[in-house]
Amino acid sequence: MKHIISVLVENKFGVLARVSGLFSARGFNISSLAVGETEDPAISRMTIIVKGDDKILEQVKKQLNKLIDVIIVKDYIEKEHIDRELILFKVNINKQNRDKVIKIVEESPAHALKIRTDSIIVEIVEGQDEIDKLLNALKRFEIKEMVRTGRIAMEL
Amino acid sequence: MRLKGANILVESLKKEGVEIIFGYPGGVLLPIFDVLYRKPIRFMLTRHEQGAAHAADGYARATGKVGVCLATSGPGATNLVTGIATAYMDSVPMVAITGQVKTNLIGSDAFQEADITGITRPITKHNYLVKDVNELAGIVKEAFHIANSGRPGPVLIDLPVDVTLAEAEFDYPIHPDIRSYKPTYEGHLGQIKKAAKAIKDSHKPLIYAGGGIIISGAEKELFKFAKKYRIPVTTTLLGLGGFPETDPLSLKMLGMHGTVYANHAIMESDLIIAIGSRFDDRVTGKLDEFSPHAKIIHIDIDPSSISKNVYVDIPIVGDAKNIMKKLNEIVKGPDTSKWLAQIDEWKRKGPLRYDDNSGIIKPQYVVEQIYEATKGDAIIATEVGQNQMWAAQFYKYTKPRSFLSSGGLGTMGYGLPAAIGAQVAKPEKIVFDIAGDGSIQMNIQELATAVTNRLPINIAVLNNSCLGMVRQWQELFYGKRYSHTCFNKMCPDFVKIAQAYGAVGIRVTKKEEVRPAIKKAIATKNTVILDFIVENEENVFPMVPAGEAINRMIGGMA
Repeated sequence: MKHIISVLVENKFGVLARVSGLFSARGFNISSLAVGETEDPAISRMTIIVKGDDKILEQVKKQLNKLIDVIIVKDYIEKEHIDRELILFKVNINKQNRDKVIKIVEESPAHALKIRTDSIIVEIVEGQDEIDKLLNALKRFEIKEMVRTGRIAMEL
Repeated sequence: MRLKGANILVESLKKEGVEIIFGYPGGVLLPIFDVLYRKPIRFMLTRHEQGAAHAADGYARATGKVGVCLATSGPGATNLVTGIATAYMDSVPMVAITGQVKTNLIGSDAFQEADITGITRPITKHNYLVKDVNELAGIVKEAFHIANSGRPGPVLIDLPVDVTLAEAEFDYPIHPDIRSYKPTYEGHLGQIKKAAKAIKDSHKPLIYAGGGIIISGAEKELFKFAKKYRIPVTTTLLGLGGFPETDPLSLKMLGMHGTVYANHAIMESDLIIAIGSRFDDRVTGKLDEFSPHAKIIHIDIDPSSISKNVYVDIPIVGDAKNIMKKLNEIVKGPDTSKWLAQIDEWKRKGPLRYDDNSGIIKPQYVVEQIYEATKGDAIIATEVGQNQMWAAQFYKYTKPRSFLSSGGLGTMGYGLPAAIGAQVAKPEKIVFDIAGDGSIQMNIQELATAVTNRLPINIAVLNNSCLGMVRQWQELFYGKRYSHTCFNKMCPDFVKIAQAYGAVGIRVTKKEEVRPAIKKAIATKNTVILDFIVENEENVFPMVPAGEAINRMIGGMA
């Protein structure tokens, strides 16, 4: 199961390495990781998306709590939450498919940020379902590049 | 008062009540050693940084105070790593201070540079790289607080040389300021009540006590609890000394080389009261078959220990001493007379024993004689392997902080430097290092430290000319293919080694010489190596093969 682990930490150097080390030491691959300051600049929030055995993840969460610089650990999978991710795509286009691609983008929650003759840059900020829908729709075209911020989440 | 970083460090250590630093100098430490020149704090020069870390560890285990070690950047720091990991696994309070290259050279592959905070991240409770001299005093305060509160552990402070030379106002904080670190000391009352009810309802309760008893200083509360409710007690390796093994309620150690009766008891029990122990694989054996009938109460200060390996029915997070005090007030005892009779029967049928008919000295006999000669009042440090297990089995521990051994990491070479730390802390005590001929060679250079400082440590080498524990596994599970475990007379002459270092060496080859040699060593004011030439192929029994259920023992029941 995919877990959304939200960790409030002291905004200090070395904290990211301590946190990520607990996952890597157990052979877990982090699917995504987003870090940024909170409303209090002395505190940062890390949102970690990770797949793994529930029992081992339970242990990781306890270990995270033990880190001196960690203030709070929450797993949003157990809580009502919303989550969002920003993705940028660069899709190769030509005269034949240009309009089709633009139509798909316009009918989705995404935006076209730059349209050139040979490519289009698309931005989407959405939950995972909408993002997957768009990715599926664009699959038959040539996605040249994709950049994802990783999911961030907030408890309701 | 404006001071240089080096002075701030030393003044801060004095404020923390540090009596002694174990360490080794080096280039980037020169400003600190220049301050130590005037002896503001006692400094003990070891002959290897690993020795310094283990000595600080031995000091800490013998006293409960924070052990301090100091090493230079690069190789000095990396040499501490095994010692820090040893302390981490066994929850030993330690502050390790390492020199670092100048701040502006960090990350440039400078001479003797190593990223020691990166290297030690998974083996320290916390670590610091000090980049600003103004933060130094606060960091030292935090480091000592973290090292010796909650579940104790090592904390490393990496100190660049330019920070030790820079000046700042020295004002030592009274309280550490860490909002994200608040260990739980008081147990949850609801949970304690649940535990009390489970104890009252049980028929075959068993206390399984670990190193947490000793760390928390809960031995008196444990003793009162066990005696009042007549509940038998087995301890882990690190719990030895937490409950007197001379008491009829003691089942001695459990686990892979535990007693037959302790392992039967834990499998038959209907209520395990785990206190400051962590269900290590050497204790549980095969997890699926561990203690099938028992409810489990687990008292531990570290929430991540709860339900880590074994599902716990009633967890109580907090300090063992506090919680035992409460339990002593509210528990109404179960009737354990049938259970105790059953245990007595197991004790009668399967006592710890060894075959002592041959003329060759048995290692178990040596340990028994050390016990007889010291009346159980010595501090016993051990190396790792057969020597460690015999020291655990055949000496009767009655007092906390009298057994120093690397349990979690299993570090060969731990015993001699740990004995040095313990002897420094307790000059009035008789200190033994029970060693093997393999382990003792891993930090034998520390003989120089012991002799120079006139420490009357007694090193009992159980010399079987091989790496006995691995050889034992090869004998039992690898068709006696003794791959690289037998020294074939390539052991050095330990008597001559002792003499070369200025210590006393005594070789013992006959059984009747064992006791007089031990007596002579204790009476000698110098460091002594007792080279006991023991049976080569003696095995540690009982033994649970790795991965087997804990009551499937080899060589136990008569």
